[in-house]
Amino acid sequence: MNDEAVPLLEARAVAKHYGPVVALRSADLSVAPGEVHALLGANGAGKSTLVKCLTGVTRPDSGTISVAGRAARARSPMHAARLGLSPVFQDPALVPDLSVAQNLRLTRSSVDAVRSQLSAMDLQVSFHELVGDLPLPILRMLDLARALTNDPQLLILDEITAALPSDLAERVFDVMRQRRESGRSVLFITHRLAEVIATCDSATILRDGQDVGTMEPKEGGESRIVEIMLGPEAAKAEAEASELDEADVPVAAAAGEADAVLEVDDLKVGAVQSISFTLRRGEILGIAALEGQGQDELFEALAGQRKADGGELRVAGEAFRPRHPYDAIRRKVVLVPPDRLLALLPQRPVRENVAAPLYNSARRWGPINMREEGKRVRRAVDALQIDMRAAKQVRRLSGGNQQKVTIARWIASGFAALLCNDPTRGIDVGTKRQVYALLRELAEDGAAILFFSSELAEFPLVCDRVLTVYGGRVTAEVAGAAADEATLLQAMHGLQLDEAVA
Amino acid sequence: MSATAAAPMEFRGAAPWRRALRLHGWTVAVWLVLLALVPYWRSLSEQDFKFDLSSLAIDALPLCFAAMAQAIIIISGGIDLSIGSLMAVVNVLSAREMVDMSFGKAIAFSVLLILLTMLASGFTGVVITLTRIPDIVVTLGMLFVWQGVALWIMEIPGGGVPIDYADLALGDLGTTGIPNATIAVFAALLLVWAPIRWLRPGLAIYAVGSNRNSAYLSGIGVARTRVGAYFLAGLFTGLAGLALSASSGIGDPNSGTTYTLNSVAAAVLGGVSLLGGVGGLIGVIAAAYVLTLSKIILLLRGTDPNYANVYQGALIILVVVIGGLLTRKTRS
Repeated sequence: MNDEAVPLLEARAVAKHYGPVVALRSADLSVAPGEVHALLGANGAGKSTLVKCLTGVTRPDSGTISVAGRAARARSPMHAARLGLSPVFQDPALVPDLSVAQNLRLTRSSVDAVRSQLSAMDLQVSFHELVGDLPLPILRMLDLARALTNDPQLLILDEITAALPSDLAERVFDVMRQRRESGRSVLFITHRLAEVIATCDSATILRDGQDVGTMEPKEGGESRIVEIMLGPEAAKAEAEASELDEADVPVAAAAGEADAVLEVDDLKVGAVQSISFTLRRGEILGIAALEGQGQDELFEALAGQRKADGGELRVAGEAFRPRHPYDAIRRKVVLVPPDRLLALLPQRPVRENVAAPLYNSARRWGPINMREEGKRVRRAVDALQIDMRAAKQVRRLSGGNQQKVTIARWIASGFAALLCNDPTRGIDVGTKRQVYALLRELAEDGAAILFFSSELAEFPLVCDRVLTVYGGRVTAEVAGAAADEATLLQAMHGLQLDEAVA
Repeated sequence: MSATAAAPMEFRGAAPWRRALRLHGWTVAVWLVLLALVPYWRSLSEQDFKFDLSSLAIDALPLCFAAMAQAIIIISGGIDLSIGSLMAVVNVLSAREMVDMSFGKAIAFSVLLILLTMLASGFTGVVITLTRIPDIVVTLGMLFVWQGVALWIMEIPGGGVPIDYADLALGDLGTTGIPNATIAVFAALLLVWAPIRWLRPGLAIYAVGSNRNSAYLSGIGVARTRVGAYFLAGLFTGLAGLALSASSGIGDPNSGTTYTLNSVAAAVLGGVSLLGGVGGLIGVIAAAYVLTLSKIILLLRGTDPNYANVYQGALIILVVVIGGLLTRKTRS
C-alpha cells in the first residue's frame, strides 16, 4: 500500500465498556482505499463491538474515528451510511412481518437498484414475499444488495458468510473483488481463515479488546494468523493439541465392528427422500450437504422435533418413534442445534442451563440435590473449559461459550447419540479446535456422534466417515481421512465420485 | 469453482393467492362471521332491519374506536390498559362542559378534548420509552390515575350533550339511511389510519412491533415510533370517549371499565397478534361489531347477562383457537 495515501477509515484508541465488562480496551484500525481488509479475533475479542462503534449502533466511550481524513463519528446506522460506511450486520436488519418491498421503503432504498444488485449476483427474489418466509441465506444477500445500493466507500460485512452455503459465499467474494476493482474498500469479519487468505489484502487482529497486529494474510498464512489471534502461549498449546488430534483420527477401521447405536432406515421427512445409515458406538459420522438438501429435517426428525413421514428408526436395536424432543432425550438421543439460543435459557445462569435435562423425569421432581447437581455441572464445565465470568446469564456469554454450554448439558446428563447440527457455526478458531478435540474424546469414550457442518474443512478433522447428501438422498460415503473439500463438494452436488476415491 | 456460473438462483415462496390468504384471510373471515350472525339476529328480532342496524352501529361505536386505539398500540409491540379509563375522563369532561353549549362550541370543545387525549396518551408513551418499564406496568398505573381523575371531575353520573351533537352518533345520513355511527368509524379509518398505514410512519409502527432490533438497524427511531403509536391511539381513544357521551347522552365516571379488556378482545379477534407487527384495523372493526352483536343476540334470547359474559368469553377463545389452527395450516 502507498504510505502517503490518507486511509479511508481510521479508528484510533476506540474503547467501549458495558457496565463493568470491557468490550473494547483500545482498538486501532486503518483501512486504505481500494483494499479488502479483514478484522479477525476470537469470540469476545471485540470485533462486533468495534463494528457497532463504527456504524453508530453504540457510542464509543472514547477514541476517534475518521473517514477520508475527516472526523466521522456516526450517530446511527443511517448516519453511518451517509458518511460512506454501509454495514451488513450479523443480525438481519430486515423486519420479518413486512414484505421485502416494504422493508426497502422503510430504509428509503430504491427497489430497482436493489433488484439490479441482486441480478448482478445472479439472484432473483420476489419482493412481495414476507421477509419472515425467506430463508436466512437469502436475507443476508438481500441485506448485502441493499447496502450496495448506497455505493459505500466502505462496505462492512460482519460474519456474512457464517450462514451462507458455499455457492452464495462465492458470490459475496465476487462482490468484494468488484468493490476493490472500483476503488472502494471492504471490511470483512469472519471466522473462516481460508476465506481471509483467499480474499483479503490485509488483516487487523484483535485480542481482548485490543488490536494486536496487522498483517498481510497471504504471506503469513493460517498458522501465523492463529498465532497472533490466540497469543503466543495459547497458540503453542493449541498446536500440540491439534497434533494429538490428527494422530488419533484413523480409528475408523476399529469403529466398524462396534455395535449400532442409532439406525436410520429409509427415512422420509420433508426434503429427505430416503436416507439410511447406521451410527455406531465410538464413531463420528459426518453429514455433508449444501443448503436445504434435507439435513435440517434429518436432525429434526431424529431429535423428535418433527414427525417422520416414513421409514424406520431404531435406537440400540429397538424401534424409535420420537413425537417430542422429550422422547428422544429419554432414549439418550440429544441435539446440539445450529442456533444456540434455541436450546438455551438465555436469562438463566450457566448452572441451570447445564442442569436442565437432569430433571426431565417426573421421578426426579421434588427437592433438588444441589450438591449432586453442582458436582455434575462443574465436571461438565471443567471438561469444556467454559469461561464462567459472566455465568449469571447465559446470554452474556460469547457465542463460543454458549455453544459449549449446549454441549455441556448433555455431558452432565449423559447420552448415547449426540446430534451436532453445525456446532461450530460462528465461533472462533480456538474454541472450534476445543470442540473438535472434545468430540473426538467423547467418541473415544464410546459416544456415537452425528455431525453436520457448513464448513467442509472440518470433516476430515472430526469424522470417521462422511455421508454426502444431495436432494434428500445419500450420494456417497467417504472415509474421514479421504474427505477433502474437492471430494465432498463433488458428491454434495450430486456428481459421481471417481472410483479411486469412493 | 466455475460451477456457480449456471442459471440465476431464484427464490419464490408460496403462490400469490396463498400469501394473500395469509395476509388478509383473517380479516375476511371476521367479516364473514359478522355476516353469518345477521340472519340469526334477524330471526330473533321483531324490529325492522334499518332500526336494528342503526342500533347495532350506535352500540358498537365506542368499542370500535377503543379497539382501533388498542390495535395500533398492540401492532407497535405494546399494550394499553388505560384506554377505558381515559375514555371515561373524556366522557365526564365532555358531559360536564357541553351540557349547555351550542353545537358549534361543542364541536370545537371536542377537538380540544381529542388533542388533550392525544397528549395524555403520548405522555404515557414517553414514560414507557424513557423509563423502559414494560407497557403493561405503566398503563396499568395510568388506568388507576385516569380512573381517579374521572371520579374527581364527576362523582356521580350526570351532565349531558346538545341534542344535535348526540345526533352525530344517533342519527343517519338523511336520504341514504346509513347510520352516522358507521360513517364515523369508516371516516376515521380512511382519513386517519389509511394514509398513515401505507406511508413510512405506519410501516415503522409495524416494523417496531415486528422486531425492534431489525427496525433500529433499518434506521427507524424506535422510541419516536412507539410514542407516535400512543399519540395516534390517543386520537382514537378521544373519539371513543366522545362517542360514549354522544351515544349515551350522559357522563359516567365508571363508563369506561369494560372497554379496556373488550378493546383487547376485539383487537385479538380482529387478527392483531399480541406479539406485535401483525394485523390491521379493518378486521378489528368487524370484530368490535361481532362482539357487540353477540351481546345483542344473547340479550334477545333472554340469556341471563351473567351467562352472556361466559358465552362471549368462550366465543372469543373459540374463534381465536380456530383461527390459530387455520393459519398454522396455511403456514406449513
